[in-house]
Amino acid sequence: MHTDLSETVIVFVSFFRNALLERDVAKVGCSLPGARKTGTTICGVVYKDGVVLGADTRATEGMVVADKNCSKIHYISPNVYCCGAGTAADTEMTTQLISSNLELHSLSTNRLPRVATACRMLKQMLFRYQGYIGAALVLGGVDCNGPHLYSIYPHGSTDKLPYVTMGSGSLAAMAVFEDRYKPDMEEEDAKRLVRDAIAAGIFNDLGSGSNIDLCVITKGKVDYLRPHDEANKKGVRTGDYKYKSGTTGVLSKLVIPLQLELMEESVQTMDTS
Amino acid sequence: MLEESSLQPEWLSEEVSTGTTIIAIAFEGGVVIGSDSRVSAGASVVNRVMNKLSPLHDKIYCALSGSAADAQTMAEIVNYQLDVHSIEVGEDPLVRSAATLVKNISYKYKEELSAHLIVAGWDRRAGGQVYVTLDGLLARQPFAIGGSGSSYIYGFVDAEYRQGMTKKDCQEFVVNALALAMNRDGSSGGVAYFVTIDKDGTDEKCILGNKLPTFFDE
Repeated sequence: MHTDLSETVIVFVSFFRNALLERDVAKVGCSLPGARKTGTTICGVVYKDGVVLGADTRATEGMVVADKNCSKIHYISPNVYCCGAGTAADTEMTTQLISSNLELHSLSTNRLPRVATACRMLKQMLFRYQGYIGAALVLGGVDCNGPHLYSIYPHGSTDKLPYVTMGSGSLAAMAVFEDRYKPDMEEEDAKRLVRDAIAAGIFNDLGSGSNIDLCVITKGKVDYLRPHDEANKKGVRTGDYKYKSGTTGVLSKLVIPLQLELMEESVQTMDTS
Repeated sequence: MLEESSLQPEWLSEEVSTGTTIIAIAFEGGVVIGSDSRVSAGASVVNRVMNKLSPLHDKIYCALSGSAADAQTMAEIVNYQLDVHSIEVGEDPLVRSAATLVKNISYKYKEELSAHLIVAGWDRRAGGQVYVTLDGLLARQPFAIGGSGSSYIYGFVDAEYRQGMTKKDCQEFVVNALALAMNRDGSSGGVAYFVTIDKDGTDEKCILGNKLPTFFDE
């Protein structure tokens, strides 16, 4: 699998149209809606039997939370999952595209796909778009060569490491990892570590929040724990603005029924075969 | 309440670069090639243990510097092209061939790419060789340094290099140069990787940060 650089062409016909549109809209005093970003804290850790991936669940549109419970851990193949940070649409579409191509590849080779293959496909696509696809990914899975974890940046560079974090909350999460990571952890320790790292991102970063999703991948089994931990439960209101029925006294009541004539009744069926 | 200018800190959208100090030196019968391990995105370190010495073939390595994505992609493409080439000629490729392939990409995409690869290795015809491919030129040198940290050690390497150094001298030279540069350059740091390539094979070594040689002021 390789890229032929002589075929590298950046196709951005919409780029100029968008620039003109933005200028026209600015004349009226408005602005075009921005792309929905995922703010985000995502991370992954390699432990004794496999990989644990973790993510928060907040999606933001500027300074407003657009989705309080979005899913940032995407399916790539039965043994490979990918967390996405950056522009929500980009991560969603990129992972779906590579998942589809990987399934075809897997049918062609008659083998379970490898994590390195998914990584190559993703990095080559992101490099081709020179960073304009804002997808920062944490890719993890278990294949015939054991558990693997990669971090993939929007410009197309990758790092293969035992623990990685990405997103606006990555520094908070990385602080937790650097303190408590140990090689060959047990599953419960690894899950706790990832949960704490995401929690650090949720509570210390404005762009991350809500719940913690986990995905535990081992040889032959995937545990998609959504939600694993509801870190921010909606509280119960102590008071109520509604008045009880009977608070206001009723002095009199008048009922006038409306006389309506049925003019015409017709039924049209739609052919849904 | 503290005001944040944006929910996305700048370093998230900044391109990941390898900051870097890389160095390669040829001796009679082989080469020693070394690098630091820091990868930065703006002010943040995203990988503190990256091995920037990428194998292009069994006895040919290249050292990456500049934009991480560009450098990694170039190395992977040349690795593929060298594999095809070595199957076509039926024997191990020459270091000069590898360097030429790197140079071809560097020169053709001069405006678009910002990465510098130093190519070093051993082959049967010319022994140990070091090639620089900066900006698309191809030049063979007895030793070469590159990356942001190299500015701090030009004086050191010019003063310390002597002709006819042994393999052990070269390894010491590389480790000392890397240690000095990593101390002074903010974009270089972590651990030091170095690879010794000669007719008997390749030997990869890693020296942890606290085991590096220390100098004045440490």
